[in-house]
Amino acid sequence: MDALDLARWQFGVTTVYHFLFVPLTIGLGVFVAGLQTAWHRTGKEHYLRLTKFFGKLFLINFAMGVVTGIVQEFQFGMNWSEYSVFVGDVFGAPLALEALLAFFLESTFIGLWIFGWDKLPKRIHLATIWAAVIGSNLSAYFILAANAWMKHPVGYEVVDGKARMTDLWAVLTNSTALAQVPHVIAAAFVVAGGFVLAVCGYNVLRERRADPGRAGQVRHGGTDIWRTPMRAALVMTAIAGAVVAGSGDLSAKLLHEQQPMKLAAAEGLERDTAGAPFSPVPGVEVPMLLSFLATNDPNAVIQGTEDLQTRFEKQFGPGDYRPNLPVVFWSFRVMITFGLSVAGLSVLGLWLTRKRRRDPRPPREIPAWFARVCLLALPLPTIAMIAGWLLSEIGRQPWTVQGELLTAASVSPGVSLTEVAISLAIFTALYGALALAEVVLLVRYVKAGPEPVAVTPPAPPSPRDSEDAGARLQPTLMY
Amino acid sequence: MELTTFWFAVIAFLWTGYFVLEGFDFGVGMLAPVLSRSEAERKQVLGTIGPVWDGNEVWLITAVGAMFAAFPAWYAGLLSEFYLPVVLVLVGLIVRGIGLEWRGKVQHASDRAWCDAGVLVGSALPAFLWGAVFADLLRNSATAALVGGVFSLSLCVLHGAVFVALKTSGPVRSRARRAAMIAAAVAVPAAAVALSGIPAPDAAPAGWTAAPWLWACALAAVAVLAAGVALTWRGRDGWAFAATASSIVLGSAALFGALWPAPFPGLTVAEAASGPYTLGVLTWIGLIALPFVLGYQAWSYWVFRKRLVAGAS
Ligand code: HDD
Ligand code: HEM
Ligand code: HEM
Repeated sequence: MDALDLARWQFGVTTVYHFLFVPLTIGLGVFVAGLQTAWHRTGKEHYLRLTKFFGKLFLINFAMGVVTGIVQEFQFGMNWSEYSVFVGDVFGAPLALEALLAFFLESTFIGLWIFGWDKLPKRIHLATIWAAVIGSNLSAYFILAANAWMKHPVGYEVVDGKARMTDLWAVLTNSTALAQVPHVIAAAFVVAGGFVLAVCGYNVLRERRADPGRAGQVRHGGTDIWRTPMRAALVMTAIAGAVVAGSGDLSAKLLHEQQPMKLAAAEGLERDTAGAPFSPVPGVEVPMLLSFLATNDPNAVIQGTEDLQTRFEKQFGPGDYRPNLPVVFWSFRVMITFGLSVAGLSVLGLWLTRKRRRDPRPPREIPAWFARVCLLALPLPTIAMIAGWLLSEIGRQPWTVQGELLTAASVSPGVSLTEVAISLAIFTALYGALALAEVVLLVRYVKAGPEPVAVTPPAPPSPRDSEDAGARLQPTLMY
Repeated sequence: MELTTFWFAVIAFLWTGYFVLEGFDFGVGMLAPVLSRSEAERKQVLGTIGPVWDGNEVWLITAVGAMFAAFPAWYAGLLSEFYLPVVLVLVGLIVRGIGLEWRGKVQHASDRAWCDAGVLVGSALPAFLWGAVFADLLRNSATAALVGGVFSLSLCVLHGAVFVALKTSGPVRSRARRAAMIAAAVAVPAAAVALSGIPAPDAAPAGWTAAPWLWACALAAVAVLAAGVALTWRGRDGWAFAATASSIVLGSAALFGALWPAPFPGLTVAEAASGPYTLGVLTWIGLIALPFVLGYQAWSYWVFRKRLVAGAS
């Protein structure tokens, strides 16, 4: 065990942890903004109640995304100083742009949204959540462009042992980034949609247990309050699932050209093979499917790990250029099956809860078994998401920057094993405690359900309020 | 101006903005237990920073991101050299952010006490450590680091007290003004000692004449700070806040002036800098974006401009 191993563990732990909260910030933010827009358009009370209910869950999660993200920003310099010096010229630019163009937007407008309910005119207040949501998605774009550059470096040259950017546009429109951005953002919507489904399913079950007579038609002021968010989440998850599959297919085609080792590892293909098969599980093989998926040509040659290893040794000198094969192989399968099963579930749910046309009876109720299955929609896409990152990052090993910089050469030379061990221990302990607290807090608010709210729309603040009279800052969602 | 110099100034500007803005955030976080006697007052005190603290913290993220992009070797050197202090800063920022965001959401008073402890510790740690890190970077001595830490900690407390006095009314406001006086008793002498070490030791005393404007900044920082205390005494909260903020700006100018042209031991700005292409495109994007950022941040301060009173709770 040396500082390099621990630094890798620290990066993996803190990044995966950050990424537990990120998808909810991205997806749930849009969901809440959508609910508030629906309230704004229709004036219906239950939209406001849902906005505040999911808004609270969103904010509890948002705080975790913010504080764990700060660690990420510092980590490159702390643990990966050689990497930072080598790539800073290229990789630093999207990070700086992310802070300047996205984080300022996100953080300022989220503050305005939380505290602005009775301070801003309704329309402007609605705009603040959209501005914050745009900020989150923009931040995802920039950081993913940076990450994509590590897999497929473009728009640079190496001068004096350092990468120098020659074309920012090429970095921002990297083909890998253009496949990865929709893939990850759509995956975030699958995760967030799954979260909403689980929350709704859980509450439907609870209410039914409390009052079996009403069998699902639990009504809150005349509306079955869970039906609306559930349908919305089903639509969101189904669409996002299709985008994930499409962009994932695109990613796999790019792997064939840009990161053949990762593709070979993901399939467990050892030798260069024409008409390569795909095996969903070991033992079952669908002939020529891999070749078709990777190139649209069922007879194309797909390179294998062992043959690639031989070629890489010739190109880069002695060394092991194969990633951890079983991890890459299995994370690929877990990602696809776990993630897409939830997309499938959402199509089924849409059919089960479909509207009755020209029929005066109330809409179909949510079957109890389906509400129960919905509970799975929380863990499954989350695990798929993590598996996706394992595939992407571990599959790139031993490189940090594909073909340019080895992970072993990226680590900070001056940082000792003890130092990394201390920080790893501190972050792991702190993150563990916070995770527990977050779960407790979320469960409590999920159980509490949407509170009844007064529907008086906030009056626009009068510009002539006297300064000395003082104001009570009344964030409806916090403090 | 030549691009590397310009980007050094940009980094200095971003850090300065961070010190000024999160400086009072930290002060408010540390003073909250002292200034409030009830939950309603606690909400009043923390409410002064509630809507803005995250936006203030992004100044740090932008400063660090810009260092990464413009001076990778400085970024990497600073963070890996001051490894454990940076870990503690991060721990502070984590528990502080969580404390601020969750204290209104937890149910039990005991959980709220945890959040309050997080806000207190999480504000004190970075407030002390940033001063210590930069003083150590400049002087490379443990004593200097200690003095620098005490200086930045007490300055944050003072700046935060003045901010609370400006943003609240009622008993909290009078307590804040008293707290400012007490903090000043430490902050003003600490400022004098810390800033007297501003030109690097090997430069002194010849450096005094070599860098007269550094000395002007450092002296002015102490003088303006003292003036801020006097203004607080006279109840001129707005002017007092302008004074503590200006003092931080002047002190930070002296600090970055002293770091020029070698912001890290053995490393000059020119050696650390990214290529002219990167600096050039970032300059254009920055120049276009920054006015918008400053504009909407200013607007958010404007929206929440009123003094807060304690609500019945
Ligand atoms: C696909 C999206 C994505 C990815 C791959 C990452 N992040 Fe992240 N990050 C976000 C999407 C995001 C976000 C959704 O925009 C967050 C979550 C909560 C928030 O406020 O913004 C965020 C927060 C966040 C913050 C706090 C911002 C604030 O205070 O408002 C920082 C400094 C970072 N991130 C930095 C990073 C770095 C250096 C990463 C690379 C290792 C990283 N993030 C991976
Ligand atoms: C968008 C940004 C990134 C994300 C979300 C991300 C995510 C991940 C994930 C999920 C892992 C696997 C966890 C593990 O191996 O334990 C990982 C591993 C790793 N990542 Fe990244 N990564 C990102 C960017 C980077 C960057 C910029 C570096 C630069 C140093 C990096 C270096 C590493 C290293 C060294 C490992 C360890 C690999 C191993 O242990 O096999 N990653 N990353
Ligand atoms: C048909 C389904 C899918 C295919 C073909 C697919 C394909 C891929 C491929 C090839 C990569 C690696 C890209 C690279 O390393 O450059 C990847 C990464 C990833 N996948 Fe998927 N995927 C699918 C479904 C999903 C689902 C359902 C989720 C989550 C809900 C998901 C989340 C991720 C994530 C987070 C990454 C890491 C980021 C990236 O490299 O793009 N994927 N996927």
